[in-house]
Amino acid sequence: MTQDEVVTAIKDIIAQIAPDEDLSSLEMDVRLREQIELDSMDFLDIVMELRKLYGVQVPEKDYMELATLGGCVKYLHPLLEKKSLHCAQRA
Amino acid sequence: MAYDTLIIGAGMSGLAAGIRLAQFDRRVLVLERHSLWGGLNSFYKLKGRPFDSGLHALTNFVPKGTAGVPLTRALRQLRIGYDELKLGQQGHSEIRFDGRLLKFTNQPEVFFGEVAREFPEEIDGLRRMVHEFAPYDAVSIENADSSAREQLQRYVRAPELIEILMLPTCIYGSAREDDLDWDQFQILFRALFLEGFSRPEGGVRTLLDLLVKRFRKVGGELRMNSGVQSILVRKGTAIGVRLDSGEELLAERVFSSAGHAETLRLIHGQDNSEHRAAGDASAGAARLSFFEAISVLDTLPANLGIDSAVTFFNHGQEFRYRRPKTPIDVQSGVICSPNNFERCELSEGFVRFTALANHAHWRNLPEPEYVAQKQICADQMLASATAAMPALGAIGAHSLMRDTFTPRTIEHYTGHVGGAVYGSPVKCRDGRLGVERLALIGTDQGMLGIVGALLSGITIANQQALMEAAR
Repeated sequence: MTQDEVVTAIKDIIAQIAPDEDLSSLEMDVRLREQIELDSMDFLDIVMELRKLYGVQVPEKDYMELATLGGCVKYLHPLLEKKSLHCAQRA
Repeated sequence: MAYDTLIIGAGMSGLAAGIRLAQFDRRVLVLERHSLWGGLNSFYKLKGRPFDSGLHALTNFVPKGTAGVPLTRALRQLRIGYDELKLGQQGHSEIRFDGRLLKFTNQPEVFFGEVAREFPEEIDGLRRMVHEFAPYDAVSIENADSSAREQLQRYVRAPELIEILMLPTCIYGSAREDDLDWDQFQILFRALFLEGFSRPEGGVRTLLDLLVKRFRKVGGELRMNSGVQSILVRKGTAIGVRLDSGEELLAERVFSSAGHAETLRLIHGQDNSEHRAAGDASAGAARLSFFEAISVLDTLPANLGIDSAVTFFNHGQEFRYRRPKTPIDVQSGVICSPNNFERCELSEGFVRFTALANHAHWRNLPEPEYVAQKQICADQMLASATAAMPALGAIGAHSLMRDTFTPRTIEHYTGHVGGAVYGSPVKCRDGRLGVERLALIGTDQGMLGIVGALLSGITIANQQALMEAAR
């Protein structure tokens, strides 16, 4: 997965969790919570989906690293580098 | 190990918890003693007609896309689309209190306007109260209990207005006699007056169908006619359950929506008096149950001038919310017509009457008297409701059939001891019962209404299973 693909993977997960949100113009370095409606339950779901789709474990102490898309790339890219992107949207 | 999680009860909380776990690939089995799902909010068919039991309306109504509120949160966590619920809003509802009439709708200003008209000196206090309500996030698991009656006096001086506010909030959620917890009052006031009432097209079935479909789609298993006889505990840890059939099932964890005292009984058994005494003391005996009569009419209620979705009524200046000494207490009650919600699919008229009832009385009646008493009480209730809402006088001439259910019926179909619709007055907010890998969900975990029940299952699944894995 490239860095761009990590962004796609995250956006794809968010789209599944929050289908009514517009994700087309998300800024990389602004907190996701300030751009779209995400609460702590939703962040848990992002972590759970990462684990389910890519086998990546994010410990609770590291949740803050995922606050922005840029943070997600920085934190997740090393973990996802050798994995391939696939879509969270399933049947 | 066969299952990750066994869930006792296919009601709102059990199905919601099941969906949360199954959608993250946990192997989940929901066990239900009854042949239908829904628990305290279920449905049945009689003479070809569909009936809903349980709650009259889905409270917490908000328009699509409203952020940060219980309904939106619950649907998002369950991946159920808002439009799939097919919610129809109420036209209006009413409080008829000792000659006063206050209407309310899903626009909070309507209710504030009514209060301002009836109690001009109190409206500022009421607005201040709402302004000072704790944010949703603060009204959560750890809050200590405190009396709504006492807290209300900080904002409202007229004793009658306090009674008026207690009437709908108690009847729609309090497990405490003559009071409710202040945080529960805040949740209910919001759910009823700031958000509002709605009904899925098709009634509670529509929501239950969505939950069951979603649960199965994400791989959950649902077994009906499978009552749990006991929870298997080894060295202080739940390891599975034994079914009524004798079959034993093992799992990593067990969630129970059976109720607090009922779950302790599943752990310790009926005969272990020491544990039972401890359980009763800590759980508190539930005392509140309801009687309901449902009339089916050959015309829509609105044609007879019955146009409110839900009417709460009370005769006299004091609202009694306690177990009556008589079979039912008709001094207060609720009248609900599903026809008075938008999108209602019913071609016949339905009017539901609900009043407080004494479980012990109904439980001990021999069968012929039980049947006769149901008719007597249904008539008493109609007479009392008609005194509060004269338009009801016309329904006798239009009645096609009437069904009734009692605390005994509720106990039989839900397993909640005493027919306790709102469970024990002592809530177990964190779901912990002193046994590892066992959690309580549903009505005795302390969240209210259908949306609350969903959030109960969701929250406990998140905290006690999903987040544990994330640590």
